[in-house]
Amino acid sequence: MTVQRYEEAYDDPHYEEKLAEFEARIARGEKIEPDDWMPPEYRRQLIRLIQQHANSELIGALPEGTWIPYAPTFKRKMALVAKVQDEVGHAQLLYRAAETLGKPREQMVEELLNGKSKWSNVFAYPAETWADVAIIAWLIDAAAIINQTIMATGSYAPYCRALKRIIYEESFHIKHGYEMIVTMVSGTKRQRDMVQEALNRWWEPIMMFFGPPDKLSVHTRTLQRWGVKPKTNDEQRQEFLSKYVPQIWELGLEIPDPNLRYDENLGRWVYTEPDWDIFFRVINGDGPMSKERIAVRRLAYEEGRWVREALESLAKRVLTQPEPTGIVA
Amino acid sequence: MLELTPEIRAALIEYLYGLADDELLVGHRASEWTGLAPILEADVALSSIAQDEMGHALVFYRLLEELGEGDPDDLAFARDAPDFRNAIFSELPRGDWAFTVVRQYLHDVAEQVRLEALADSAYEPLAQAARKILVEEKYHLIHDRSWVAKLGPATEESHQRMQAALDRAFPHALGLFEPTELEPVRVEADIAPPEEVLLKRWLDEVVPFLESATLQVPARREEQGWRLLVEPVYGGRRGEHTEYLETLLQAMQLVYRMEPGAKW
Repeated sequence: MTVQRYEEAYDDPHYEEKLAEFEARIARGEKIEPDDWMPPEYRRQLIRLIQQHANSELIGALPEGTWIPYAPTFKRKMALVAKVQDEVGHAQLLYRAAETLGKPREQMVEELLNGKSKWSNVFAYPAETWADVAIIAWLIDAAAIINQTIMATGSYAPYCRALKRIIYEESFHIKHGYEMIVTMVSGTKRQRDMVQEALNRWWEPIMMFFGPPDKLSVHTRTLQRWGVKPKTNDEQRQEFLSKYVPQIWELGLEIPDPNLRYDENLGRWVYTEPDWDIFFRVINGDGPMSKERIAVRRLAYEEGRWVREALESLAKRVLTQPEPTGIVA
Repeated sequence: MLELTPEIRAALIEYLYGLADDELLVGHRASEWTGLAPILEADVALSSIAQDEMGHALVFYRLLEELGEGDPDDLAFARDAPDFRNAIFSELPRGDWAFTVVRQYLHDVAEQVRLEALADSAYEPLAQAARKILVEEKYHLIHDRSWVAKLGPATEESHQRMQAALDRAFPHALGLFEPTELEPVRVEADIAPPEEVLLKRWLDEVVPFLESATLQVPARREEQGWRLLVEPVYGGRRGEHTEYLETLLQAMQLVYRMEPGAKW
């Protein structure tokens, strides 16, 4: 519970009453709309979450975007442009959803560029070969879709609506990614090796993608009760493993974790615990490509400044023009 | 029905390469903005255009495939620079946002006047392709015209950038209408109109519009027709290209050429 929440609680003599009603609504499965009453902490957590999600879409466009000029075949080239385009579109949708909670897009963009706001760990790694592009499209989008499908059952209506559309589009990305992987693993030895090496590189970042284990994660219970985060990180990770490990094995690929197996007695997957110190370093801006990703975004932002200024100047001109009068059609 | 004599066939093939290669490269250049455009809305819009242009290129490469030239992927991803027949205009680097919207506008108007003429081509597969693509081009032009009309007059900086972009783009854009030796064969067979006719239609459209966007265009309307105040940059339709095409192809063909014969 934050200081802010206590302050607002003191300010509002009916706080506890409203909170109880709010929690009852969520317990009944109702969705919260932007103008509804919500605890300040709920608002704060949601902004943080949606903003990080939006950032991740925008930064996530970069590792794959880098490969657009190199994409082989018409089909791959057009599909990759379409995929990265979708991600930019998702960023746009999500920033808009976060804006409904009262934070302007400009401020969020600035916080991304000055490192104040986080984004997903997986985009802080390089996409070294074309096989990395395929692994990203298949497994990272798969991980994302698991996370988003769960988040879409959450309580904040605008976020749920955005997620619904995002999930629909990302299901095509996974299909495309899987098809790329299948094509390559049934190709030449060099192609198969490329895929295996890419999987080796991406496995740990993907395991980390869902966030630290529940025992290290703060806030989880309140967030779960409020429908901000309907399932825990570990639950999401287990779901991912159940769905995708068998598929990866079926393709004849090896997962670089000798301890990975499904434990019948425990009823869950066991695996080597990722190094969470690395995870925290990465999400705090110290991943192999963290600085470069932000530098690219900042450069794009600076190069586009004159365009945004031009559009703003036109918008102002239109606003200050007197109403046209006496025009006869 | 059009009889494809060896000469007519050669003239047709040469023409289709020009069409396909221009579309491919303009689409490729547009896709270099994906994820990096000045505003998210513009990013999404230009990415759509990039995909459309690549799709158009594919339509023309398929026509070449039907004429025995080979698989479209091989044509795009395994041909060397001297075999490309695009105008040099289409291979110029991405540049800033001003150059991008100016080039896209000049390209799309050229494409529109060309396809409108080709919709009546005696080579029916080409006529059909042209009619199909024209529908999409309408949206491109709405997009391009809106950007040019806005950025031309908006601020001092935007005006200067747009003028500089036009100064660089215009002589190269004229190269889209470069005549080739086989042009008379195509004209005679009613496959395509003379480049000169298309150039005139293009100038009729772009010059007044660019001027209305406060830009100076190096072309003057005189009694006997248009007088150009700059030399067109030719060579592309004969396979003469700049180092920009070499660099572009090195990237574009890198993965495809890694493992000859492999599927991706």
